[in-house]
Amino acid sequence: MPAVSKGDGMRGLAVFISDIRNCKSKESEVKRINKELANIRSKFKGDKALDGYSKKKYVCKLLFIFLLGHDIDFGHMEAVNLLSSNKYTEKQIGYLFISVLVNSNSDLIRLINNAIKNDLASRNSTFMNLALHCIANVGSREMAEAFASEIPRILVAGDTMDSVKQSAALCLLRLNRTSPDLVPMGEWTARVVHLLNDQHLGVVTAATSLITTLAQKSPDDFKTSVSLAVARLSRIVTSASIDLQDYTYYFVAAPWLSVKLLRLLQCYPPPEDTSLRSRLTECLETILNKAQEPPKSKKVQHSNAKNAVLFEAIALIIHHDSEPNLLVRACNQLGQFLQHRETNLRYLALESMCTLASSEFSHEAVKTHIETVINALKTERDVSVRQRAVDLLYAMCDRSNSKQIVAEMLSYLETADYSIREEIVLKVAILAEKYAVDYTWYVDTILNLIRIAGDYVSEEVWYRVIQIVINRDDVQGYAAKTVFEALQAPACHENLVKVGGYILGEFGNLIAGDPRSSPLVQFNLLHSKFHLCSVPTRALLLSAYIKFINLFPEVKGTIQDVLRSDSQLRNADVELQQRAVEYLRLSCIASTDILATVLEEMPPFPERESSILAKLKKKKGSSKLPDMDDSRKNVNGSTEHAEDAEVASKVPSHTFTDDLSVNSAPSSGASLLVDVFSDFSSAAPTEGSDEHFPRFVCKNNGIIYENQLLQIGLKSEYRQNLGRMYVFYGNKTSTQFLSFSTSVSSNDVLDSQLNVQEKPVDPLIEAGAQVQQILNIECVSDFSDAPILNIQFRYGGTLQNIAVKLPVMLNKFFQPTEMTSQDFFQRWKQLGAPQQEVQKIFKAKNQMDTDVSKAKLLGFGVALLDGVDPNPANFVGAGIIHTKTTQVGCLLRLEPNTQAQMYRLTLRTSKESVSQRLVELLSEQF
Amino acid sequence: MTDLDPISIQATRASMRFLLLFSRQGRLRLQKWYTAISEREKKKIIREMTTMVLARQPRTCNFIQWKDMKIVYKRYASLYFCLGVEHEENELLALEIIHRYVELLDKYFGNVCELDIIFNFEKAYFILDEFLMGGEIQETSKQIVNRAIESSDMLQEDDHSEWYEVELFG
Repeated sequence: MPAVSKGDGMRGLAVFISDIRNCKSKESEVKRINKELANIRSKFKGDKALDGYSKKKYVCKLLFIFLLGHDIDFGHMEAVNLLSSNKYTEKQIGYLFISVLVNSNSDLIRLINNAIKNDLASRNSTFMNLALHCIANVGSREMAEAFASEIPRILVAGDTMDSVKQSAALCLLRLNRTSPDLVPMGEWTARVVHLLNDQHLGVVTAATSLITTLAQKSPDDFKTSVSLAVARLSRIVTSASIDLQDYTYYFVAAPWLSVKLLRLLQCYPPPEDTSLRSRLTECLETILNKAQEPPKSKKVQHSNAKNAVLFEAIALIIHHDSEPNLLVRACNQLGQFLQHRETNLRYLALESMCTLASSEFSHEAVKTHIETVINALKTERDVSVRQRAVDLLYAMCDRSNSKQIVAEMLSYLETADYSIREEIVLKVAILAEKYAVDYTWYVDTILNLIRIAGDYVSEEVWYRVIQIVINRDDVQGYAAKTVFEALQAPACHENLVKVGGYILGEFGNLIAGDPRSSPLVQFNLLHSKFHLCSVPTRALLLSAYIKFINLFPEVKGTIQDVLRSDSQLRNADVELQQRAVEYLRLSCIASTDILATVLEEMPPFPERESSILAKLKKKKGSSKLPDMDDSRKNVNGSTEHAEDAEVASKVPSHTFTDDLSVNSAPSSGASLLVDVFSDFSSAAPTEGSDEHFPRFVCKNNGIIYENQLLQIGLKSEYRQNLGRMYVFYGNKTSTQFLSFSTSVSSNDVLDSQLNVQEKPVDPLIEAGAQVQQILNIECVSDFSDAPILNIQFRYGGTLQNIAVKLPVMLNKFFQPTEMTSQDFFQRWKQLGAPQQEVQKIFKAKNQMDTDVSKAKLLGFGVALLDGVDPNPANFVGAGIIHTKTTQVGCLLRLEPNTQAQMYRLTLRTSKESVSQRLVELLSEQF
Repeated sequence: MTDLDPISIQATRASMRFLLLFSRQGRLRLQKWYTAISEREKKKIIREMTTMVLARQPRTCNFIQWKDMKIVYKRYASLYFCLGVEHEENELLALEIIHRYVELLDKYFGNVCELDIIFNFEKAYFILDEFLMGGEIQETSKQIVNRAIESSDMLQEDDHSEWYEVELFG
């Protein structure tokens, strides 16, 4: 047996461990462990009382077995017994076991808490530390309840030993993180701030961690820490390193404390007091200066510690974003690191520069490093570093360098790691659109994306290119020519076939004059790809063919032959079959005029924000890819449509209205690309409606939409989980609106959460007249999207499409609840789990007026409770959300801070999604 | 906030979330968790960390972005030390936390090796606890930590006489 055991050496344990190590197979290991478990169990159950040492040894063995990855279901009681031993080692093992194998068994927790209580009262610093460690390690709610008020007392008591103060500070920090509601603020908070002045640097370090955490939540209470932190930092930065003795780490003065102080300062804006401010600036300058000094040691620990402080100082400079001089110096320093031989420093410099790029003071300075960053993209061996380089290029991109950056990203994409391709595709697509002066460049870029990384090009990307081409007639001819050329490649990506099919179907006529791209050539080219494509793409191609029949009468016969073939007319896929049948019929019976009307060129899409951006954000937020099935189904034609079995007989009756209405609103059947956005709740349906939507959160009546033709007003009333909305459509013109129709659409998720039933509306609105429509609404379960009201009518010769987000929000189903202060607090505590609470701190957008806020909260639907919050400036409210399936109790607190022009909003409900949504809705109102 | 303030604020997260020590073969030698997560989740993280870190090429950077946190790792002889930290943490100092822990182990065991940690795993935990607490650094002075470890060993030596007895197997 190796002589590695030290200190108290439990021989039996060492023997057991080496036995396990000698096991040749998993089976023999399990066998040995089971033998040991049986042995320990019998010892614990035996008649002979075990002495402390044996108990300790067996508990330690159990711990070892657990750490090997096996389940342990006994021994907890023995471990708890060890806690009350007077012998340090026994107590220590007991605590270790408890810390590692926390058991929510409440009987035991009470015993454990008892032992902890005794140790905290023992005035023996070693025992107190063990107890505090245990509380911090376990951090359970029961423990927090038992000790949250005791620990602050220990922390600030005058006679507490330094090491205990440190433990108490960090223990409190941990409890504040897990059960913040149980850690009461009090007069101790002021005394904690003064620990920043403590003689003992270990105490200062621990206290700084605690204060930083507390200050992040209630900055006002810890404002005085700023001047103390600056003073402390200044003393460290200017000290000769020997002053700090053992807190000097490889010739760097107290790096941990320095970084923590710099972090604490990042909770606050730059100090207003000028002398304090200049003292801080001086510190930061000194830190920057030190970076230029030759190293005092060649050890990597020296440079790491020194640069850790430097990076944190730069983070503070960026956070303040107020000293152009410091920002530019920071940027230059990072520029040096970009070429450093240490990979770690290059990585961090790229990362840090990303934030620097967004400051107006340093954006230009960051841009000067573009060549280095591009070089990093090409030469770094480590994918994580290359990823940072991509991020930085994205951050530093503007109109002046966009062409270069996009070109470099595209060429990197050819060899990029699969794990980051999709993200690069999204970034390129966003930059290309954002900085496109010349849209031919944009079209080229997106087609290149599809060529290079077609598999990683998501639907949003190719939808977007089509929207842009349709909306900009200066690029349509170019786009048609370019896709035509790209489609010549023998193997091209299916996404290219989609874009090509769509664009040629719309604008193929623009290049048909050239015999090399005559109608027949175009058609043959597209059709040569047909059989290799998936069903949705084929469906899209069939629509392109019928568009061709309209554009090019000369290929009508050829296309009709294709549609007529068995592989189309008898296709096993219902959607394809239906399209083939209907398109064929249409082409046979409709006159040229009717064809031209039905198959007219797509009208421009309403201008709206790109959904690619939302996608990128989503991607950054979670590594999970969003489910694309829904959107695919929509492009493909709705499910309802696909179920329609009696195809042939129905054709003539609805051909003109439903199935081919490429000009119609999203609700209709096979509306191809019109509704590309309807599945993305993040995209607003039109600009106009988006701007009015938030106004309806706290009120029920008003104008929701208005343009030159139409005004839409709303009146609504809600009771429990039901609502009724009166919609008024006003014709502002001197001409009739014909074929006026509406439909309400929801995405799949919302569809199951909210029922909206529309009563019929008059199909004709006289000039200057108003008609009314009633919508009945039922809330089935909580929801966060809003249904879309699609309106369609004919004005003059043209068909108008309007989509308006209906202001039906979750809070409409509120019923206010009055309750006493006592009830409120009791419920508030019951809803204390972290996922039940959602909080948001935000800047006031409007003037902070108590009466206005009150009116808004009442309009939001809660009852306001007076005299609950000790601070009369705060608002506390309660209400119940009624849905068909359940009722959700909601408690709300809004704390205005007029000085900082900020609000803090806290929602507690029994359902996370409800808390989340209510905060989203309400926080936009102030 | 006032004394009576009963209303809580959103819980934040520990700056360090976990520390793992594993061998080149992917055998876990020490695990310390600073946030409450389920055993299942722990096993998943351990599995992902070992595969991910062991697959890294030499001389690549010591930081990996992983989900919503940063992984800072470093290899010492046959052992990998792997720290999961919050996004805003200082990576370089996280590396030095690892180094400081290695120094402390070194001082205690005298040129520490993997076997020391296997056979004295409880000591490795105790030393870690003297140095870190609740995911924050507790004491950065090596002297003070060493003194604390030594004095607890002294307490153990004192105890010795009483329970030192011949052990039968097991």
